[in-house]
Formats: sequence, structure tokens, C-alpha cells
Amino acid sequence: MDKKPIDEISGTETTGHDWDGIQELNTPLPRWWLVVFYACIVWAIGYWIAMPAWPLLHGYTHGLLNHSQRDDVTANVQALKNARAAKEHELTKASLQQIQSNPDLLQFAMAEGKSAFGDNCAPCHGSGGQGAHGYPNLNDDFWLWGGKLEDIQHTIIVGVRSTSSETRQSQMPAFGHDAILKPGQIGDLTEYVVHLSGRAANPAAVQRAAKLFADNCAACHGAEGKGNREFGAPNLTDNDWLYGPNREDIHDQIWNGHGGVMPTWGGRLSPETIKSLAVYVHSLGGGE
Amino acid sequence: MKNLQAVPAMAAEGIARSDALASNSAANRKFYQARVPIYPKLVHGNFRKIKWIVMAITLGIYYLVPWIRWDRGPFAPHQAVLVDLAHERFYFFFIEIWPQEVYYITGLLILAAVSLFLVTALFGRLWCGYTCPQTVWTDLFIYVENLIEGDRGARIRLAASPWTAGKIAKRIAKHSAWILIAVATGGAWVFYFTDAPTLARELAAGTAPLVAYATIGLLAFTTYSLGGLMREQVCTYMCPWPRIQAAMVDSDALSVTYRADRGEPRGPHKKGQPWESRGHCIDCNQCVAACPMGIDIRDGIQLECINCALCIDACDDVMTRINLPKGLIGYDTDSNVAARLKGEPAHFRFIRPRTILYATVLVLVAAIMAFGLETRRTIDLDVLRDRNPNFVTLPDGAVRNGYTLKLMNRSDAARDFYLAIEGPLPRRVDVIGLGYVTLPVKLNVEADKVRTVRVLVTVGLHDLKGGSQKIEFALSDAAKHETRDVDTVFISGAP
Repeated sequence: MDKKPIDEISGTETTGHDWDGIQELNTPLPRWWLVVFYACIVWAIGYWIAMPAWPLLHGYTHGLLNHSQRDDVTANVQALKNARAAKEHELTKASLQQIQSNPDLLQFAMAEGKSAFGDNCAPCHGSGGQGAHGYPNLNDDFWLWGGKLEDIQHTIIVGVRSTSSETRQSQMPAFGHDAILKPGQIGDLTEYVVHLSGRAANPAAVQRAAKLFADNCAACHGAEGKGNREFGAPNLTDNDWLYGPNREDIHDQIWNGHGGVMPTWGGRLSPETIKSLAVYVHSLGGGE
Repeated sequence: MKNLQAVPAMAAEGIARSDALASNSAANRKFYQARVPIYPKLVHGNFRKIKWIVMAITLGIYYLVPWIRWDRGPFAPHQAVLVDLAHERFYFFFIEIWPQEVYYITGLLILAAVSLFLVTALFGRLWCGYTCPQTVWTDLFIYVENLIEGDRGARIRLAASPWTAGKIAKRIAKHSAWILIAVATGGAWVFYFTDAPTLARELAAGTAPLVAYATIGLLAFTTYSLGGLMREQVCTYMCPWPRIQAAMVDSDALSVTYRADRGEPRGPHKKGQPWESRGHCIDCNQCVAACPMGIDIRDGIQLECINCALCIDACDDVMTRINLPKGLIGYDTDSNVAARLKGEPAHFRFIRPRTILYATVLVLVAAIMAFGLETRRTIDLDVLRDRNPNFVTLPDGAVRNGYTLKLMNRSDAARDFYLAIEGPLPRRVDVIGLGYVTLPVKLNVEADKVRTVRVLVTVGLHDLKGGSQKIEFALSDAAKHETRDVDTVFISGAP
């Protein structure tokens, strides 16, 4: 074997290369590092054999242990379901009112409801149910379809303007867009709605719009504009506006007749989860 | 390592000269150097005895504490010291700590740190030398090695010898013993986290949770590698404490010291030679041979020295045999050595500004902790205000805020708590599940449990004053022995 040249200063062998008089020390890797490195290689080979490792044309090698993360998740979820089974069963049997009056069950339902709300409802209604433009605030006392426990539960099950055959359904006509009314008439109606909510409005326009309102709006919103939960028609006198309180907002709503969609959750969420959600939403503050 | 100059085999009459060399001496150190194996020689003496006793006490505490029982009534585990991760409780004899009270752990860590500072400023690296787990376990591992392979000379010969059946047998025996100790170390650790007798049965039956086996395996691996294979390298290269201690130790701190004023000039001693005009060190290197760190204490205070005092025993033994006073190596201070070299009297200064400061901090933190534990409530309240939305305006202009209250009952019996709201703010209060309530409202909380209650507070339009008003929730037990008030705010949204 050739003897590698030794660097005089450090006493360490060099790589033998010389770059313009500069030599590189051939510093050996630490033994422990090499041991770990080789151990990793041995481990990797064992891993190929034991665990799923190689992609094949159809599927993959399953390994001797036949491990599957998907199965693990399924098993974990099932274990969780089993752990919760007793309480879930109580939820199944109890009425919404019974859930609310049993502190233990209420705590369970609130936890489940909060979690389900975060997963399913928060994207539209907000993390705390605070709502947004076009998405109702669930914390306040204003309800389009009713704020009793059963009302909330039913809304969650069937949705609003959803694909369910029993969906809650209301349709505000697009009076301007579909040319049902003339632009001037819509301007007058806007003033009328502003007047209904107790704010100062153009008296002449309000007077002109009185008959228009009775003919076109009162059927759903009521003669006094107090709304009707049968049709999900909002109360126009309460200063709670789903699509905004300003004249432009109100004009836009009469012109275009916006209406959002709430999906049907019956069949997607378990009845117990829906019960928990109803109790949770009811507890946000506006429950009747 | 060049040590070829002829040296006498005997350092003095009856004292063999060891060829042990400090592994860290500048003269022998190469730029890149593999670890020099260290074969510490077993010594006998007072400090060795103290170390055996400390080892017995510390290992005894470690292995036995999880088995001490402590009656806490029907709602809590009966293990004196238990970190109950699953139920989020920490039990230490009469103390029970909830996750909300983690500041007690902070206090404990501060106490531990300041104690370490104080002890180091007074007595040097007592912790490193006697009680650090790395030292205790390494000491145990070296002792086992000594039992199986023999003392220093035998071990060096064995390491150099070819692989015979005898050598293989000895090595297997040694590593098996080490692994047994290592597994027992990991095995004792897990008992601190769950009921020890139950877990012991499960471990024996093979039905314990996987995490228990994994923890035992991991700790067995680290104990075996740190105590058996890496040893002094852990202290020298991995542990930050040797570096930190440099800031704690000054020239008045006790540490294991070679009294150069008495020992130099050193050199082998021939029989009949007078002791005058020479040092008492006969250069027998027994202190180096005994050192588990493989250093030469005569090079002075150094990073690697853990102050284990085994060189004191080794040297005292030699001094006794050549009829010189003991204590050529002993606990002393740098300033004393310097003073004696100048012919001045030596004296110890334990009371110094830094020791007074450390002691004061120690007493202060201990007092705060004791006061906190003494006045610890068994009732507690956390208030989480709704922030999303911050407030809700109602049709009549009134404003409603939502609060989630955590009612904590840390006692071992179910109790009725009374919730009230202090202050003049007129309001209506609803508790979810109870509906509209008049205060104070009675709420039952189970033993050792937290009850979550959602409370809605509504303030009428004309009672609103400004955007934010103070509101105080007050929780008390039936007899009003314990109360807990929590300040929060009521937000109206007004500018």
C-alpha cells in the first residue's frame, strides 16, 4: 500500500493532491458517525422488507408487517367512536332540551358541537359564528328561520336553498335585474325600507312606495315589514342586515335579490352530531 | 505519545510508578485525535466511601420513590410521586399540581438552578463529582467493568490481547451486565408516569402500552451508550455545565486541588533521600491512573475535571505509605495555593458577595414557593371572553357578551360553587342549560374536575358606558371559605 503523505503541522495525512501549494487534509469521519451511517443502511434494507416500500406497476410492496397508515387511522377512529359510544348513545336518546338541562351531557355536546362547527360551518359563518356579509351571524337574536333548538336542528338537517327535497326555500325576486319594477320604483322602495328601519328617508319617495311595497313585498315580508319565518323572509324593521345596512346595499338587494345557499347536512353528519351542533349554535347567545 | 525517556519503575520505595498519562495534556494532543481509552484504577479511601454512599442513596431514591404509596382518597391515585400525563396531574406527596399551576414547576427549576449556583460557588463542582446521574451511572458501569475484567492493568492487557475465548466471554459478560443495568434504569423511569405496581405487572405480562417499552428501550440505549461507551466524553464535549461553572467558580471556591506549593518540584524519591529542598510529589502518577476523566490534576483546574476527589484518595494512600502527611491533593482554593506560595497564611472565605446573593435568591424563591403552596386554593376560575364576535347588538340596542367559564374543583369531594358578578353594572345573566338566572347561581362541580359553563351577559342600551367596562366574576364555595375573583371586560362596541 502507498503511504499517504503526512502534513507536517497537524500530523494528519493529506489527500495527496496539490493545488498551487495548498494541500487538503484527509480528515477521517468520526467513527461514531460511520457506525450510524452503516447502521442506517442496514436499517433501510430491513425497512424495505418489513414495511411498504417499493411502488409497483399495480400497487406496491406491502412488506412483511403489512403495515398501513390508512388502517391505523381507521382503527384509531373506531377506537375513538367506541370510547364515545356511551355518551353518543345518550345523545341519541335525549331530546335537545334534555341535553341542555344535563350538565354532563351538555358539556359533551358542546365539545362535539364546537368541533363539528369548526370543521363544517366556520368557513361561511366564521370561527365564532359571527357571520359575514351574506352569511348570518349566529350569535345575535335575529333568525330568518327561527332560533328555537328544533328550528336550528331542522335548518342544519335540510339546509337553505339546498339540494335536499325538504330544503328551506325562499326566493327574493330580482326586481331590477328581471325588470319586474322600474329603476325609479326601486329607488322609491329603497327609501321605504330605510324608513321601515326607523331612519330618516325621503317622505315623497316613501309615500310613492307604500303601494309598491304592499303589492310586491308584503306577501313575504308582511304588511309592516316585520318578516315571516315561514318563508324565511327577514324582518326589515330590526336594523339587522344580511347584505348591508346602507341605501346602496338595500337597493342592490332589491335589484338583484341575493340569496345564499346553506348545504343540507342530514345524511352527511350523524344525527348526534347535528343535535350537538344545534345545542352549540343555540348556546352562542341567540337561542330562543 | 512519546514517553520513551528512561524513567524509574519505582516512584519511591514500595510505590510503583504508573505510566498513566493525562489524555488532555497539551504535549500529547494531536490536531485530530481519536479518543484515548481510559482505564481508571479502583481506589480506596474516604472519598471513595462517600461516593459509594451517595451512589446508594441516589440510586435508591431513583428506584424506590415510585413504589411509595400515599393515600389521597377515592378520586386520586395512591402513588406518592406521579406525573399523570393522561389526567394532567402532578402528584408529589401532599402536593397536587394542575397544568394551570405550572409556575410551581418553574419555581422548582429556579430553586434547582440557584442551589447549583450556590453549591458551586462554595464547594466547586460537587454536583458533577458526586450526584450527577452521568457520574453515578458511569461510576457504576466502571465498577462492574472492574469486577468482570479486573483492575486497570488487567483491563489494559485484556484490551491489547487477541480475541481469545476468555476475552470474548469477559466482554459478553460485561456488556450483558451493562445492558441489564441500562434496562433497569429505563424500567424505573416509566414507573414515575403511571401506577407502578400495575405497570410492573403489565410489563411482566407483555401487555404494557407500547410507549412504555419504547421509553425503556430508549433510556436503556442512552444509559448504555452514555455510561458504558461514552463516559467522560459526555462531560467534556456534550455537557454545557463545565462551561457555565467557569462563571460560578472563583479563586475562593473549593475544588479538588493539587497543592503545588507543597508538591513541587516533583520527582521520584530514592530511599534515604532527604525531603528538604524538594517537593512531596514523587511523580508516581497514581492520581492520573485513578482519574475517570483521564486527566492530570497537577495541571491545575481544568474543564474536564469533575471534582470526583478520587485522586485525593489515590494520593493520600501513597502519602501514608511513604510517611508523609496526607492532603497533597485535597479540597482547597486557588487563592490559598497562591497565598502559601507567597508565604502568606491560607484562609477560606465562604461568605462572599456572590454566595450571599445566591443564598438570598434561594431563600426568597423558596419562601415564595412555600407561601404559594400553603395558600393554594382548591377552587379556581378561568374566564375566556368570546372574541369572535366580540359583542352582539340586540334588536333593542342592548349588547350581549359571551364568556366561557372554567370552574375548577381541586378538592376530593363534589362541591357547590356560587357564581356572582361583582360591580354595579346592571345586566341580565343567562347560563346555558339553566337559562335566565339570578345571581349568585349555584353550580355543582364534581370532585377533582373542571366544569365548563357558558355565560351570557346582556347590558341594556342606557346602561352602556363607553366601549369597554370592567366586569368581575366571583366564584366562592358554599361557606365562602374560598373565593376566586377574575377581572375581565364587557365590550359594547361603542367608540
